[in-house]
Amino acid sequence: MFQGEEIVAILVELGVTHVVWVPDSALGPWEEALESSPSIELIRVCREGEAWPIAAGLMLGGKTPLVAIQTTGLFESGDALRNAIFDFDLPLFAIVGARSWLVENSTDSAKRFARPVLDAWGIDYRLIESDDDKPRLAEHYRRCRQAGKPGAVLVAEGRM
Amino acid sequence: MIDGTKTTEPRLRMPVGDAIDVLVGLRQDDDVVITCMGSSREWPRRCDHVLDVHHVPSTMGGTVPLALGVALAQPQRRVHVLTGDGSLLMNLGVLVTIIASGAKNLTIVVVDNGVYEITGGQRTAGAAAEVDFAGLARSVGFPHVAHFRDLTDWRRRAAEVLASTGPRFIWLEVEPQREDYLIKLPRPLAEQLVRFQRTLAAEGE
Repeated sequence: MFQGEEIVAILVELGVTHVVWVPDSALGPWEEALESSPSIELIRVCREGEAWPIAAGLMLGGKTPLVAIQTTGLFESGDALRNAIFDFDLPLFAIVGARSWLVENSTDSAKRFARPVLDAWGIDYRLIESDDDKPRLAEHYRRCRQAGKPGAVLVAEGRM
Repeated sequence: MIDGTKTTEPRLRMPVGDAIDVLVGLRQDDDVVITCMGSSREWPRRCDHVLDVHHVPSTMGGTVPLALGVALAQPQRRVHVLTGDGSLLMNLGVLVTIIASGAKNLTIVVVDNGVYEITGGQRTAGAAAEVDFAGLARSVGFPHVAHFRDLTDWRRRAAEVLASTGPRFIWLEVEPQREDYLIKLPRPLAEQLVRFQRTLAAEGE
């Protein structure tokens, strides 16, 4: 899907200053490009529950962070997400790698629960399943920023 | 300051209010202070500053990462975070994240009472295991780690510790608060955040 240089160019254009992440197999190849970008700081966390409060602190401090995690990390970090987005009322945005999304007849429960969990948290998201969907990232990000609300994109995984 | 040797004798602990008084007295006007749990009860009784954030309601173990985010966004100012031992134990990996991030302006103060005070005083796993928080911090790579149980010692050394190279890790062993442990904030979180962000934005102009 997205290549490293490509995603960095998009994020720089959007004004993202920090990417707070736990990589997976789809997001991981962006590492070199993210790390070498002079405009973006890559923050490596040990678990996704750290990512949301770190992003919250960055935003309170005047920066424009983005959380990049997998669906499994989204599930793991639900309470942290709740606190940052709802108690702090911060319009954080996330790129979420959707594990097994492109695997036909997958029995991976991470695939089954991705959309219901985002729906349950009331997070407005878009699905990026193919190269044709790529413009949705910037479009949805801008829409969320303009509305001052949180958002996410699900980036389908499971087939390169 | 004490070494990491375990002892079978009853542990000396400081009155929590007195321990926090020391930090209040050393807080500089442009320092950020972020608290949670019992510290969010004690700190506002002593200090009400525009750069205070009391993380209530919180998320489990989220206060130290929150402070790290602020520290990374505001590298020119000191950020002090007061966390409970139970809260830190819920997110110990953040110590590694802090070192990996390269943040130098962060002070972690573990206000260790050995119990989950807010739920009635049940022992933490850390207390049961006699965790050496200082040893943990050293092994992760914190360049300056301090541990105090004695109030006189803490009072005497606190300024020096806070002036040391960051990120700093301070472990304070305090007495649990058996009564009057409920947190009453001077203002709700939303109001705190508005004035906090306004102050940072104004000072950044």
